[in-house]
Amino acid sequence: MSMQSRGSVRRDEYGSRIDRRHSVILAYSIPYLSILLGSLFPMFFVATAVPLLPPLGLMMLVSWRLVRPGILPVWAGFPLGLFDDLFSGYPFGSAVMLWSLAMLAIELIEARFPWRGFLQDWFTGNFILLAYLLLATLLSGAALGVPLFKALVPQLLLTMLMFPIVSRMIALLDRLRLTRMRAP
Amino acid sequence: MAPPSKRRPGFSRRAQFGIFTGYVLAGIGALVGAILLVLSLWRPASFNGPRAAAHDTVAPAGQMAAVARSDGLGLIDSIAGYYRAGRQNAALKREMELARIRLAEAKAVKSENKRLKALLGLEDTGVKAVAVSRIVGSTASSSRRFAYLGAGRADGVGPGMAVRSPRGVVGRVLETGRNSARVLLLTDSQSVLPVRRAQDEVVAFAEGRGDGLLRIRLINLGINPLKIGDVFVTSGAGGYYRPGIAVAILSEKTDDGGLARIISDPAATDFVSVEPVWQPEAIRSQQLPEPGQANP
Repeated sequence: MSMQSRGSVRRDEYGSRIDRRHSVILAYSIPYLSILLGSLFPMFFVATAVPLLPPLGLMMLVSWRLVRPGILPVWAGFPLGLFDDLFSGYPFGSAVMLWSLAMLAIELIEARFPWRGFLQDWFTGNFILLAYLLLATLLSGAALGVPLFKALVPQLLLTMLMFPIVSRMIALLDRLRLTRMRAP
Repeated sequence: MAPPSKRRPGFSRRAQFGIFTGYVLAGIGALVGAILLVLSLWRPASFNGPRAAAHDTVAPAGQMAAVARSDGLGLIDSIAGYYRAGRQNAALKREMELARIRLAEAKAVKSENKRLKALLGLEDTGVKAVAVSRIVGSTASSSRRFAYLGAGRADGVGPGMAVRSPRGVVGRVLETGRNSARVLLLTDSQSVLPVRRAQDEVVAFAEGRGDGLLRIRLINLGINPLKIGDVFVTSGAGGYYRPGIAVAILSEKTDDGGLARIISDPAATDFVSVEPVWQPEAIRSQQLPEPGQANP
């Protein structure tokens, strides 16, 4: 995409500007729908004997928050966590608390380090996700022991590696969210 | 470049209050979450209702995903088979593995029969499965290991029933919805299962460690008689599982027992059957309070 097309009067990266406008429904529903689907997805994927898949719901929440600040209100962790708790397998209330805290923590980190960049977003996201996985395991009611935490390592690594990819996917979804459509 | 801060919206009172309310709501959210969490750790069954209803809603999608998953597994299996000697090889291998487990189970049944006949002369009645279902999902991103079945109260499934695949024990039903049930897998760290060695009467507990292995803890301490490769089957103690179902194979020896691999890995499991509680009377009598304790 060249600078010319981006600056053009007739079109930008969201499509033609003539007789087309953003859909209000898409613009507000896609972030929430994608996070809800992210909460559901790990359940269907595989029935493993050890935890393996990254917490996709929280990953998407954090990615939306970092890719597009301002769409999700600070309190969005509460309703979305409530849904995640129904499916995650952690005791009920775990995601409600930890997701709310995660949103507050991102606000704090952003107030302290207001600059943006790939490395900083990656650091913020991974800090939140790793802290979540460790705290959720501590509060999961499981019998805590060394093997339990050793079994977490593959999941933690996969989570760290997948975070930038998920953020990319969120950027794609964000473009879909703001696609211009012909007015009805 | 630092973006303009959202936290200082200027002189608009309305915007300032909006931001403040957001923080307050998020704080209240965290607090409510903490209360719910304490409640559900204290009484794990507190939120079974909403959870079961949610799983009933997504169970059909889970069924479809399970079909796709098992087809995918089959595809990978047959590709792996062609690598060596064609599709048949994969099928034969699976069959032989089953036969080997069956052999170990048969040995267990033989010794069990000898003992029972000597004691009572009781006749073993065949156990009929309550329901047969697919594993429609699992908590793949959580350190608690649960699986979900596509059969529930409507099919007669109830809490405490044993879930097994053709290979061996998978877990135990924890809670049921109308068309779905939550199963505690053997590898969860809260799962404890009484087992015995297939060929003799060495009894032990098989506890989940949370990392895919089971810890075998011998009941009679002394010289550890276990050998790597020993097959463990359910002993029937406790009354939940009927005796003689394959559970695990010993892979490592420790001081008080060993570490064992589960025989029926849920990831390789397609259909499972739910078996009724083996000795409901025994479990009911365990749950009744002692006469002395009832009135403090």
